[in-house]
Amino acid sequence: MTQSERTREEQRLTGVSRDRREGRRDAGRPPAGDNGTLGMKIQDLSAFYGGFKAVTDVSMDIRANKVTALIGPSGCGKSTYIRCLNRMHEVIPGARAEGSVTLGDQDIYAKGSDPVVIRRRVGMVFQKPNPFSKSIYENVAWGARINGFRGDVDELVERSLRQAALWDEVKDRLKESGYGLSGGQQQRLCIARTLAVEPEVILMDEPASALDPVSTQKIEDTMAELKKSYTVVIVTHNMQQAARISDYTGFFYIVNMGDPGRLWEFDETEKIFSNPERKETEDYVTGRFG
Amino acid sequence: MAQTSKQVERQEGGARGSEFKTSMATRYGFDRAFSILVTVAALVGVAVLAVLLIDVIGDGSGRLSLGFLTSFPSQIFPENSGIYPALIGSLWLLALTAIISVPLGLGAAVYLEEYAADTRINRMIEINISNLAGVPSVIYGLLGLGIFVQLLAPLTGGASVLTGALTLSLLILPVLIVTTREALRSIPRSIREGGYALGATRWEVIWSHLLPMALPGALTGMILALSRAIGEAAPILVVGAAAYQTYTTAGPFDGYMALPTQIYDWISRPQDVFQELAAAGIVVIMAVLLVANSVAIVLRNRFQQRS
Repeated sequence: MTQSERTREEQRLTGVSRDRREGRRDAGRPPAGDNGTLGMKIQDLSAFYGGFKAVTDVSMDIRANKVTALIGPSGCGKSTYIRCLNRMHEVIPGARAEGSVTLGDQDIYAKGSDPVVIRRRVGMVFQKPNPFSKSIYENVAWGARINGFRGDVDELVERSLRQAALWDEVKDRLKESGYGLSGGQQQRLCIARTLAVEPEVILMDEPASALDPVSTQKIEDTMAELKKSYTVVIVTHNMQQAARISDYTGFFYIVNMGDPGRLWEFDETEKIFSNPERKETEDYVTGRFG
Repeated sequence: MAQTSKQVERQEGGARGSEFKTSMATRYGFDRAFSILVTVAALVGVAVLAVLLIDVIGDGSGRLSLGFLTSFPSQIFPENSGIYPALIGSLWLLALTAIISVPLGLGAAVYLEEYAADTRINRMIEINISNLAGVPSVIYGLLGLGIFVQLLAPLTGGASVLTGALTLSLLILPVLIVTTREALRSIPRSIREGGYALGATRWEVIWSHLLPMALPGALTGMILALSRAIGEAAPILVVGAAAYQTYTTAGPFDGYMALPTQIYDWISRPQDVFQELAAAGIVVIMAVLLVANSVAIVLRNRFQQRS
């Protein structure tokens, strides 16, 4: 019995209906007629914390140069899942992931694949702004420098800060500590430092959840700009945000407490928010629960 | 519906209001009493230190002079006795102990906090390090005598200032390790993750972010630990600090005198003049501690400002 067969068998025994099973299997398939290029391909990804399975069998095609939003109730594995996409999940002691995540033509979980190299190619912005205890300039320059950047660092810092829509606010105080910035500015600084290492994909784990509406707006504007050059995956609890900024939306759902989270439905954002296939998705996006 | 429940709440709140009986005078009374209590607690420590200082300075002031700092001790002419070789010896001890213990302490703390997996062996090491902090210092002296003075004599030169420093390093390592670990632990995990997410190796994150951020806290530990080391008499007596020598320590393999052992030597002699010399010696050792601590505090503040 293969892994997916076993999962299906489990679902049959636990009484999950046939169309739901089919729905889950179809969930990661790219929408029909879509001809965008593939940014990342995730196949049967499961994530564990020690013996606890937090996310199970997620398959998803992430389109290049698009924003993919991940929504769903708290504790359904969105953050765990997104951390698997640049091998940050395994940083936590006892945590591991199974399955395959293909970036370009490389499976990032293949033997011999180096997480340090992967994380440069797939950058990450966290929920809470986490600037380094260094100057604004150094916050941006550090990542590029350790990755062997040989170009003009001044120019790189300015370009990254401009892309993150922070340059005008900090250009006169680049030597000051990053801690002196407001929360929203700190988060844009973290975006700038991620951009400075020139990744292919940017993962954002609720990047605006700790910010005020004005800062949130600025981050969203930044994202619209970013998808011209980057593939963006964002976890958000804010449904309006997902609807506003994303091209594709994945809905994560957990059937019973203690079960692993699943990708319940994945489609174009418009479809998810106007005419989702599954009842739970509709209930969630219309605010009936979660 | 929502409105009704709000109204009910308000009514209940009003009803409960009458059950609040309080005397602000009593509450503020406790408030004041507590603030007096903690002030007294703080003052006791300062007062004891002040009494000690006044007493010692009173006893030793007659002996304190430039000559006291630059002369050798003498049993035949105690009036001309000085503390010079002991002072130089203690400075050597301080410097060598810092050079030996700081990298080892930082290294061990980084290993335990950042690298060590949560295995039984590592937990054993952790518990033992905490226990070592409570071992009497004379035991470290005996350990130093057995290992550094006798076993490793060809390397350490026997009862040399290096041996003394190695022994004192053993003594303060547990304190250094524990305080540095605390400093590392207080750095949020998000800083480490931020580094890793940019494609940094563990070493790059430790070197560029964790060590600089832990430094102020680690420095506090170093100040406390080195202060303790320089004031210790028992372990260096055991590993062979000289009671008297006719030269000053000029290299790590030389013999050495030290301030606490010199003071101990003087104080055990009955004549008044030696008691005065001991008091003057105490003033000198406190001055050395004060200077060393000030330097460390200035350094710490500078690092804190930067971050």
